[in-house]
Amino acid sequence: MAKVKSLAELKAMREKLQTGLDLREKSNDPDSLVQIKVAMATCGIAAGAKQVMEHLMEKADELKLAVVFTQTGCMGYCHAEPTIEVRVPGRDPLVFGHVDNKRADEILTKYVMNNEMVEGIIPVNYETIG
Amino acid sequence: MHVLCCGGTGCHASASAQIIENFKRILAEKGLQDEVQVIQTGCFGFCEKGPIVKIMPDNTFYTQVKPEDVEKIVNEHIIKGRKVTDLLYMDPENQEHVSDSKHMGFYRKQLRIALRNCGFVNPENIDECIARGGYEGLGKCLTEMTPQQVIDEVTKSGLRGRGGAGFPTGVKWGLCAKNKCDEMYVICNADEGDPGAFMDRSIMEGDPHSIVEAMAICGYAIGATHGLVYIRAEYPLAIHRLQVAIAQAREYGLLGEDIMGTGFNFDIELRYGAGAFVCGEETALIHSMEGKRGEPTLKPPFPAVSGYMAKPSNVNNVETFANVPIIITKGADWFQTIGSEKSKGTKVFALAGQINNVGLIEVPMGTTLRDIIFEIGGGIKGGRQFKAVQTGGPSGGCLTTKHLDTPIDYDSLVAAGSMMGSGGMVVMDETSCMVAIAKFYLEFTCEESCGKCSPCRVGNKRMLEILEKITDGRGTMEDLQELRNLAAVIKDTALCGLGQTSPNPVLSTLDNFWDEYVEHVVDKKCRAGVCKKLMRYEIDREKCIGCGKCAKNCPAEAISKTNYIAEGHKLPSMEIDPAKCIKCGACMSGCKFNAISVK
Repeated sequence: MAKVKSLAELKAMREKLQTGLDLREKSNDPDSLVQIKVAMATCGIAAGAKQVMEHLMEKADELKLAVVFTQTGCMGYCHAEPTIEVRVPGRDPLVFGHVDNKRADEILTKYVMNNEMVEGIIPVNYETIG
Repeated sequence: MHVLCCGGTGCHASASAQIIENFKRILAEKGLQDEVQVIQTGCFGFCEKGPIVKIMPDNTFYTQVKPEDVEKIVNEHIIKGRKVTDLLYMDPENQEHVSDSKHMGFYRKQLRIALRNCGFVNPENIDECIARGGYEGLGKCLTEMTPQQVIDEVTKSGLRGRGGAGFPTGVKWGLCAKNKCDEMYVICNADEGDPGAFMDRSIMEGDPHSIVEAMAICGYAIGATHGLVYIRAEYPLAIHRLQVAIAQAREYGLLGEDIMGTGFNFDIELRYGAGAFVCGEETALIHSMEGKRGEPTLKPPFPAVSGYMAKPSNVNNVETFANVPIIITKGADWFQTIGSEKSKGTKVFALAGQINNVGLIEVPMGTTLRDIIFEIGGGIKGGRQFKAVQTGGPSGGCLTTKHLDTPIDYDSLVAAGSMMGSGGMVVMDETSCMVAIAKFYLEFTCEESCGKCSPCRVGNKRMLEILEKITDGRGTMEDLQELRNLAAVIKDTALCGLGQTSPNPVLSTLDNFWDEYVEHVVDKKCRAGVCKKLMRYEIDREKCIGCGKCAKNCPAEAISKTNYIAEGHKLPSMEIDPAKCIKCGACMSGCKFNAISVK
């Protein structure tokens, strides 16, 4: 990777990377990718987030779903770890709590594939500056 | 279409289960069960206006819904597509109904600034960080601002040290910058040690690049080229992610030599601490990094004059640094609009204890404890009564119901006898004994005291002994006065911040829960049933059938037969010898006749 040589270059880079993120996040193309973020801070991992992420990956493969998995930091919902955020193109992102392997399957087969809600949604109750 | 119904404890208590049932039944009656799905969710953090019902996809947010309102919502909203106005949230300021939760400023009590990227980006991918505006603050400083302008901007923003004491960050930078020297250091204090606090770890694990960027900004402002992060070795994941972040930043030329072609050099190294609480004190931290004992020294000289390796050093806490890049990109004026008069911005709190939504939260300064505990926190577990909240860890104190509506910031917490500390917030209900809580924190301080000065080493130990005496039932009223005397001396004479603040948990509980101390001393009673030695197990001789199971269960052979046979029973009842009883409770849990009780 070339070094960032100026602020202008950094800004150009940001724009390019942002479009990349936007494509992932905002596309309405039903065939485009589903994005799943798994909260993987120490506490999430201790609650089993790593196993759940591995399980989700296997299951998504098995179901032939195109999903991008990302690990991320603490979402703040310690009372409901492991937590995952699911972004299906064209729908608002949703956070699910207490995700074990069984619930992970449910989220993929019911929510991602059939837009059927499953229990355990955690309403996002904060605002983030962008 | 989806109906989301809050299943948080608060809403559950106000009939949300009935609401869900009604939705399901009425929808089925109308044959809509396949088109409309009813789902129970977690807490919306808006318990005051619960139960909450949200209709998707149009995001309509109904508040204080009663089971009998369901039919109206189905008929009007779901079938005819007209919103039920009188159930919408009413904006208290302009008395207008708001239907979309995205426009409800009041509902969004949390504002994430320091945690802006946590749970959003992949912390091990610098590209995601840059896409969110990462390193732009550094770029702006290096190309558009002089070091003095950076210091002025941070000073103007009103940012204060998030490690607890609340010293103005910009002023600290300015003091250090004055002592120009060939070698200067930017130090990040990541020695988070308050029991129950984990905000710094979460920031380092979720957004390490913000710390790397902020340290470089600070380096530019004060004229330092070296950065050091003092982090405890018991945070392996945070260490790993910081290492990855530093390596990626170097690869991109955002750390190292000639950053962004401006000729500015800066690099960061990690230093590991062994997890001693006192090493969060900046002079002790510096000694520990130098390979010496982690003991504090008298200030002055302040680290800004003579810090690491006797060179001018600037020490800031992780959360403080996390705020810096965004202050630079968005400006001090923007930051100033958030928070209270003397404390600007937001504060991250780790909510723990007897609260429903245990979690990591970030609220603007000046938010009340009531909002934090009963809205965001979802109230007390099991519907029990709120008793106290401990803030500031071992240096802080316990606040009570009377402080619930105090807007919290650095100054109001000190005025209430506690302190901000690093942001641990432990919520307690009526099952907590305040004397035992004070004892717990004092035990922690005694354990963590470095032993260098006698007020802290000896004084705290004496205070702990008195507290033990009280919880053992041997306390006197004179002991309570002695606690206050000792506390005053320790506060005045201890060497560092750890010692000077260590009596706070005792003083604040003495002030706010005097009755409980008196009960322990005079009545030899612990109302929460926590202090074991004050508990007395008793057998109700009218209920006891004399089966002797309790005597068999008793490991201390404290239970024996009496001569008394209750009416209708064949065998004599049992009794407990309080002198032998070890209060293990084995007798009570074994008794099938509910004849044993704790007094």
